[in-house]
This record gives sequence, C-alpha cells and structure tokens, in this order.
Amino acid sequence: MKNDTVNQHSRTWVAMMVLVVGVLAIVFGIALSISVGAANIHLSTVWEAIVHYNSNQTEHAIIRDLRLPRALADVLVGASFAVAGAIMQGMTRNPLADAGLLGLNAGSALMVAVCFAFLPGLSYNSLILFSFLGAAVAAGLVYGISSLARGGLTPVRLVLAGAAVSALLTALSEGIAIHFQLSQELAFWYAGGVAGVKWSQLKVMTPWLVIALVGALLLSRSITLLSLGDEVATGLGQKTVLVKMVGTIIVLLLAGVSVSAVGPIGFVGLVVPHFARFFVGVDYRWIIPCSAVIGGGFMIIADIGARMINPPYETPIGVLFALIGVPFFLYVSRKGRREIS
Amino acid sequence: MIVTENLDIAYDQTLIVKQLNVEIPPHKITALVGANGSGKSTILKTMARLMKPKSGHVLLDGKAIHRLKTKEVAKQLAILPQNPTAPEGMTVIDLVTYGRFPHQRGFGSLTQKDKEVILWAIEATGMEEFAYRPVDQLSGGQRQRAWIAMALAQETPILFLDEPTTFLDMAHQLEVLNLLEELHEKEQRTIVMVVHDLNHASRYAHHMIAIKKGTVVKAGTPMEVMQPDIIEEVFGIQCDIIQDPRTGLPLCLPYAISRSQKEPVIV
Repeated sequence: MKNDTVNQHSRTWVAMMVLVVGVLAIVFGIALSISVGAANIHLSTVWEAIVHYNSNQTEHAIIRDLRLPRALADVLVGASFAVAGAIMQGMTRNPLADAGLLGLNAGSALMVAVCFAFLPGLSYNSLILFSFLGAAVAAGLVYGISSLARGGLTPVRLVLAGAAVSALLTALSEGIAIHFQLSQELAFWYAGGVAGVKWSQLKVMTPWLVIALVGALLLSRSITLLSLGDEVATGLGQKTVLVKMVGTIIVLLLAGVSVSAVGPIGFVGLVVPHFARFFVGVDYRWIIPCSAVIGGGFMIIADIGARMINPPYETPIGVLFALIGVPFFLYVSRKGRREIS
Repeated sequence: MIVTENLDIAYDQTLIVKQLNVEIPPHKITALVGANGSGKSTILKTMARLMKPKSGHVLLDGKAIHRLKTKEVAKQLAILPQNPTAPEGMTVIDLVTYGRFPHQRGFGSLTQKDKEVILWAIEATGMEEFAYRPVDQLSGGQRQRAWIAMALAQETPILFLDEPTTFLDMAHQLEVLNLLEELHEKEQRTIVMVVHDLNHASRYAHHMIAIKKGTVVKAGTPMEVMQPDIIEEVFGIQCDIIQDPRTGLPLCLPYAISRSQKEPVIV
C-alpha cells in the first residue's frame, strides 16, 4: 500500500505529458497549417506576417485573412467536439456517445440550412443561436424516442435513435438545400468545411466555446462521479440532476456553435475521448483537458491532410474523419458488446 | 436513527408503497425481506433519498431527509445500490477514493485524513492485494467488497445495502455478510440491507422487516418474524421453522407453495 502515491504521480505525469506533447503538436500544426496550402508559404514568412504584418504583401494577406483563422478554428472546433463527446460518454455511461452519432450535429445542420433558406442575411450571432437550438431539439428527440421504448435507455438504443433522427434531419436539410437551390453553398459546409471560417465568425464563436470548455473543466470531477452511475453519485451527495443539466447545456453549446461554423463533423467526439482514456484512465479531470488538446491537434493535422491529399483541391475533412471513425466505431461496439447491448 | 412517517411511494401513478411506518433501530443490522416486486428495494432507496416519496417523510435524526443538503446526508448515510458497475479500467483504489467525495471541497485534492480513511477502508475489506486492479476484472465477491470499501470510505454511521449478496456464490455471500457483521461489531454502525435469503437475514440481522406489496407484515427480531404463518403470507410458501443447531436461530425450510396463491404456478 506504500506505492499509492507513486501510482497517482505516474498517472499525473502521463497526463501532463499528453498535455505538453499535445500543445506542442498544436503549435507545430498551426505553423504547418499556415504554410501549407494551394500557395505554399515559407515558415519565416509566416512568422513575419504575424509579427510585422504588411498589408501590401499578398502572402501576408493570405496568412492573416485565410490561413490563421482556419488554423485557429481547427483547434477550437476539434477541442470542442472532443470535449462534447467526452462529457456525453461520461454522463450517459455510454462509450458510443458522440454529438454526431446522437443526432446533435444533424439538428444544428438542419437549423443552419433553414436559416440559409428562409432568413438569408442573418447575422452569425443569430445563426449560432439557431444552431444551438437545433442541437437541443435533436437531443430532445433522441432522448425522448429512446426512453419511450420498453426497458428504457440503453446505449445501443440511444445510438439507434440517434441514427434515425440524424437520417431524418439530414434528409430534411438536403431537401431544403435542393428546393432552395442552396446545394452548393451548403454542400461543402456539410462535409465539414473549416476553409470558410472568417475572423468575424471566429470572434463570435470563440467566447462561447471558451466558456463552455472552461465549464467542462469545472464540471469534470462531477462527470467522473456520474460515470459511477446515478444512484451511486446521488448516494455520495452529488446533485445529479443539476450536473446533468449543466453538462447538457455545455454539450449543446460546444456542438451547436461548432456546427454553425464548420458543419457537422462526426467521429472526433467519439474517437478522441477513447484515446484520452487510454492514456490517462478514468478520471474526467484528466480526460477532459486531454481530449481538448488531442481533439485540437487531431483536427488541425487532419485539416492539413485534407489539403495535401489532392491539391489544389480540398478533400472534405468530414470524409477523412469517417474513414478513421467508422472502423473505430465498429471496434468499440464489438469490444463493449456485452455491456452495451 | 431513521424513521418513516406515512410514506407513500409511487412510480408514475402506480402506488408501490402505501402508508409505510417503519423504524430502523440504531447500531443494529436490519434486514428488509419480501418477495420479488414487494417494494423492499424501493423502500430502501427512498429511505436513502435516492427516490422521492409521493407523500410522507423519511426522518434522519428527526429531520426530513429529502430536505437536507444531499452532501450532508452523504456524511451520515452511505448506500450501495444493487449491481453497481464501475467504468472500465477504474481501479479499486480509485473507486474507494470517490467515497471521500462528501468530505471534500472544490476540485478534490486528498488530505492526509482522506488518505488514511481510504487505506483503512481497503484493509477493512481485505482488498490490499487488489488495490491497483481494475474493478471490472475482479471476481464477483471481490468486486462487491471493493464497492463496500467505497461506502466505508464515506465514514458514515449508517450503511444501506441493496441485495449485497445477489449473484454471488455461497462462499462469497458469507464473505460479504461476515464483513458486515464485523463492521457492526467493531464500529457499531447501523446497517440496513435488502436480502433475498431468509436464513441469511435470520443469521446476521438483529431486526427484520417483512414486506408484502409495500406494507409491513411484521417487524421484529428474527425469532418474531420467522414464523410459518408470517412467511406464508409474505412469500406464499409453506415452511417448517427449525432451530439452527449451531446458533440457535430460526431456520426456514420451505416444503410447498401455498394453495391460496392466485398466480398460476408452472413447474
């Protein structure tokens, strides 16, 4: 029993390593992301553009107006989807929970399509609000449908309901896109487009996401307790209803705001928390920050990949994630078969 | 000291428990017994404020438990639900550490006292050699002991357990019950448990509450409750009550299903 402190320390150490390596990867990724693209820009020029900005140089303008916001959006959105997934997995004790799988992303996307069609010229501020509401409605539908079933909520039932609701909402968005001839505007955005993110958008979404991410960190200990089960958590003196409400609002913010900016990107939220857990164990005080960092790094590197696969054309990032995510989904659902069915 | 006053408990609109008045004697082991669906688990959960009653009160030291701060209650009363499951990969020591939650503030760094209690709880349940093993990889009996260790780390005078021996083989059942007996003897804790095996209840409990359809049929010592007519009413079986040659306590030997049982019996 003497080595308990040692053990605790080693896990803290691993978690710190993940955070440090992750942040370094993000910084490197941002630099690389800025220099790689249809026009390759040397890293020294990148540094110059940030430190001594010269509006007469085209390269500086590309960096400032296109590449930098894109890189920052990658990190923010990647972190947000990953943390949303981590919170959902912890709160619902469901290894398959993810904003994409449970229909939240599809709900946001539908509301954005509705806004494009019926309220053109809507400010980005309002678009975010609608996107958030879309996620909330989808979440309500999925939970409603799966808890109506006999035997109540089970992880698999939740994912099935999520798939059904996603299919319906996506079909509706596509219908709107075709009918209002918005297909082109929406198509790239659907596949997960970080390319179009502008400073003006970034300014609006960043405060929301940062607030939600900080909230997630503050809630992390309570999430671990919830992961022991509702009854155990209540028995230990936790206000489970309150924690779940706050957790749900945080998830809806993270998913809703992210989708409004870059479209419904699935699987980041599913895969990344499992990676984080692999390194740091079951404590959400570590899982959440590590998911944020891994998610941010993962996203920016995938976005660089998306630009390099078939230049000068961009491969939709959502497609890339599906390539990684689908096999992983199958792996998790097989591995956890006994406990989740 | 826990008392219920005219407790009505309902799921949706269906009343499960009607006008329940029970008293849990302090510093004793109390067993709740009854057939499947009799509401004994529901009563336990409501007494531990995991469920809200439709009307009536549960009084903990004279105060309504559902109005007390849940964290304060958690310092008085620990409850182990039926079949708890730990997240995959959570070690025993991690699990036991969460038992300190009611005593912690903020982000939950451990004090020296916390660490001592955690080690004590692990030792008291004989889990030293498994402290760093994931809970999901332990045998049923070890797993149950790990959860009991978590409840012990809560350091509460009152301990509730919902069917702590279900799904365990006979040796592991005795292991868990002996541990509870020891805790009662050494620390005078008030223990309330739901048990299926009447003979275990008789052997380990000082006080028994027999429940049928949400009402108390009989409460008292094992001698008083373990009567053929009471058992017939509560469980719908006919039995002989004999004396345990070793302990002198009553033992129940069922021999037939009561004719008055309305439900068809398929053998």
